[in-house]
Amino acid sequence: MAMTSKNISKKPVGVIGAGSFGMAIANILAQNSEVLIYARDPEAIKKIAAHKVHRGQKVHVNITATGDLGYIANSCDVIFPIVPSSSFREMMQQLSPYLHPYHILIHGTKGLDINLPKGQSIDDVKTLNREQVRTMSEVIMDESVVVRVGCLAGPNLAKELAAGQPAATVVASHFNEVISEGERLLRNDLFQVYGNQDLIGIELAGVLKNIIAIASGVLSGLDYGENARGLLISRGMIEMIYLGKAMGGDIEAFIGLAGIGDLVATCSSKLSRNFTVGFRLAQGETLPEIIANMEEVAEGVNTIKIAKKIIDYHKVRAPITEALHEVLFEGLSVEKAVTLLMKYPYNVDIDFL
Amino acid sequence: MEPNGKSKKRKSYKPILSGTKEWPVVQLSKNRKLFIEKVVNEAFNKIVKANQRKNQLREELETTLYTEQLRIRKNPWKVDPKDEKRFWNNIKNELVDLVGSENTRKKEEELLRKILVRYTEEIAGNFRKSRYRFAREIIKFGFSRLLNATRVKRFGALFRNEYTLNDKIQIVGKTKQIRKLAKIGTVVMVPTHFSNLDSILIGWIIHVLGLPAFIYGAGLNLFNIKILAYFMNSLGAYKVDRRKKNSIYLESLKTYSNLAIQEGTHSLFFPGGTRSRSGQIESSLKLGLLGTAMEAQREIFINHPNKDGKKIFIVPVTINYNFVLEAPILINEYLVSKGQERYYVESDAYSSSYNMIKFMIKFFTKGSDISVSIGKSMDLLGNYVDNKGRSIDKQGRFIDTRDYFISNGIINADKQREAEYTRRLSEIIVKEYHRINRVFASHLVAFVAFQIWRKRFDKLDLYDFLRLPEEDLFIEYEEFSTVFNKAKNLVMALKKEKKLNIAAHMKNPVEDLIKMGIENVGMYHSRRPLLMNKQKQIITKDLNTLYYYHNRMHGYDLEKHL
Repeated sequence: MAMTSKNISKKPVGVIGAGSFGMAIANILAQNSEVLIYARDPEAIKKIAAHKVHRGQKVHVNITATGDLGYIANSCDVIFPIVPSSSFREMMQQLSPYLHPYHILIHGTKGLDINLPKGQSIDDVKTLNREQVRTMSEVIMDESVVVRVGCLAGPNLAKELAAGQPAATVVASHFNEVISEGERLLRNDLFQVYGNQDLIGIELAGVLKNIIAIASGVLSGLDYGENARGLLISRGMIEMIYLGKAMGGDIEAFIGLAGIGDLVATCSSKLSRNFTVGFRLAQGETLPEIIANMEEVAEGVNTIKIAKKIIDYHKVRAPITEALHEVLFEGLSVEKAVTLLMKYPYNVDIDFL
Repeated sequence: MEPNGKSKKRKSYKPILSGTKEWPVVQLSKNRKLFIEKVVNEAFNKIVKANQRKNQLREELETTLYTEQLRIRKNPWKVDPKDEKRFWNNIKNELVDLVGSENTRKKEEELLRKILVRYTEEIAGNFRKSRYRFAREIIKFGFSRLLNATRVKRFGALFRNEYTLNDKIQIVGKTKQIRKLAKIGTVVMVPTHFSNLDSILIGWIIHVLGLPAFIYGAGLNLFNIKILAYFMNSLGAYKVDRRKKNSIYLESLKTYSNLAIQEGTHSLFFPGGTRSRSGQIESSLKLGLLGTAMEAQREIFINHPNKDGKKIFIVPVTINYNFVLEAPILINEYLVSKGQERYYVESDAYSSSYNMIKFMIKFFTKGSDISVSIGKSMDLLGNYVDNKGRSIDKQGRFIDTRDYFISNGIINADKQREAEYTRRLSEIIVKEYHRINRVFASHLVAFVAFQIWRKRFDKLDLYDFLRLPEEDLFIEYEEFSTVFNKAKNLVMALKKEKKLNIAAHMKNPVEDLIKMGIENVGMYHSRRPLLMNKQKQIITKDLNTLYYYHNRMHGYDLEKHL
């Protein structure tokens, strides 16, 4: 990794979560700044401290690991939380006491959270309305005093970033200062940064594309070719837009880097976890079998579960998501799901513009 | 200051400041000249800074001139000063003289200053202690006489040992908190706006609560009515002319409000801008004046690095009426202008002092209760504050509001950030309105009746529906009562979730509620929105007005569950 020693900023930048995407972002940030990374696992902290390889990535010398959230919050003004959506709220609850309104949080988690009354789980409710479904930026604001919030989204396959290939990301926030801070910290010769004000739209684009990525894995697992994928990507895109609009995002977010850009990347790459889930499903494995030996969480699975209940509430047309839901949780075979989809009465190509 | 010599005054709120001399608004008016100068200078600097490029300032002046001349020709008002034409003609001549010559910047800046002085003089209030006292006595005396003649005191009214007016106007909510906070910080009250009466009502409420007079922006159109102008001048109003939309005027107005708040003058905005035309609680607020509070707070933080600056507290207030005089006109304007509000020209229900007085007599002699809910105070980011003015987050921890304005360790001015904060604040205020809004039986009967009819004709669009002949519309009492009961239960459930509030009478049996609601809803309109006929059927004489009162319950999604 080339050391482009640009203006190293005074305060270190925080990263929370040392999964493969967290590590990749930490490595990019480390090219411009000192980085403090939080890991829950003491083994991971040791590995990072020794500047060895973690999650298949070499650890940059500017990165220091810690197991102390309070220390990160006190040392850094800008923090990038990148932990799975299933533990995001809990992490925020632990971090929250140390946060102040001057903090800037830019998350990189592409999943959804549900917020139900105590004692209720997702299986207890038939549908989910918008208030019950929270994006990660909303979780941050629910749980802390931080309002200057942003997110990262775009085609950012961790393994390619780690290999130093050219790529770009979107930093979305309602605040220009968050966007420009994100740009200042992340940008280097191989990494381009675009700004967007539609925070919710960009978050949703990143979240919903995982559904289509699973479907794309299924197609590959069934040995289908590129005609089928082209069909999937374009119809999937439309489904994302329907769902995204129902949840308060603008169309524009979906046709940019974080939408179509990310969708194409994840649908074509065997590196993606969500793609892998679909692929193995089509090869005849069951969901519990697949999850049992995956190293990291495939967000798409949980997203489908939540999206299905959003669809039922808003009565949106989203056949791909519904079919996947049946495959994952209701025992429908993938072949049958494909047949079902091909019979679905689509007729208009584009009806959202 | 002893507003009432009578001995029964004891139980009311004591004024929080012993003498009017210390009132921020008195200080402000005492130094009126200096203050205007300050406003002019600050606005001047801002505009000059924003118009650096060559000819930019000239263009700004020319635009202003153009729109002002257009306004004078197309939309003149009684209250407009006589020399207006002359003033703008002079500006025009001076601008013409500049054409073609070089190095005109200095001259342009002079013209800018001239305009700013004129605008600021016009905006600035003319608060006078003596007149304030007099106006207040008039209101009190007049009102209580009228009330005494007609009303029997009700047991349990909140201030029953105070003015009799208190029997009629209930003040509920966080009254103690606003009094405490007004001592340690600067209060910005943001009420909902349904009627022209609101300005006077709120002025009176502020007095009852023992608070020093607030300044508030009142539409210049109200000053067309002499008697209102008198009261408003006395109560600390400054003038807002909605016809003037040029940036020089807007800058003067914003700077005026901003600096007054920085001086510690308690202020009042109707953040909805104008009266709610539809009868709905405001769902989107005008951000301009609210933004000045945001700027003022940041300036205070910058100017007081040792944290001795005053904190600004936002206090949402809702006003609930059974009857809004202007309702028929407002709703018609709403229906006409829906979607094209920008082209809307203001007209008023009572454009003469005579009509106004007539209305007031009607209003205060007949029993139509008003309730004013004072919401919890919050900081500029919408965090609730405790009685000591400390901001508290959702988890119950203290927050330093300064931190919101800090970037890289220092407080800085970031317009875009503050615009976003203001937008956020306005959303929180709207939510708070819905939460503290008190549902009256009259609101609910209007809602239920309208919904029943609307569902019968759900194939029609709203406009066709409203054109249905009223004579053909009936609801059998049984049906009405069933649906009303359902709606009432929904309201009670929402109350439990703290998503709205209810008037005390809502706990009465359904039968009484229906009777009371129908009797009260829009009770003085010549065409009543709801009546019960001899066959005990529910009927309407004016569907549009019914729609207006029904809209009060908009925003709770009740219709989805009926």
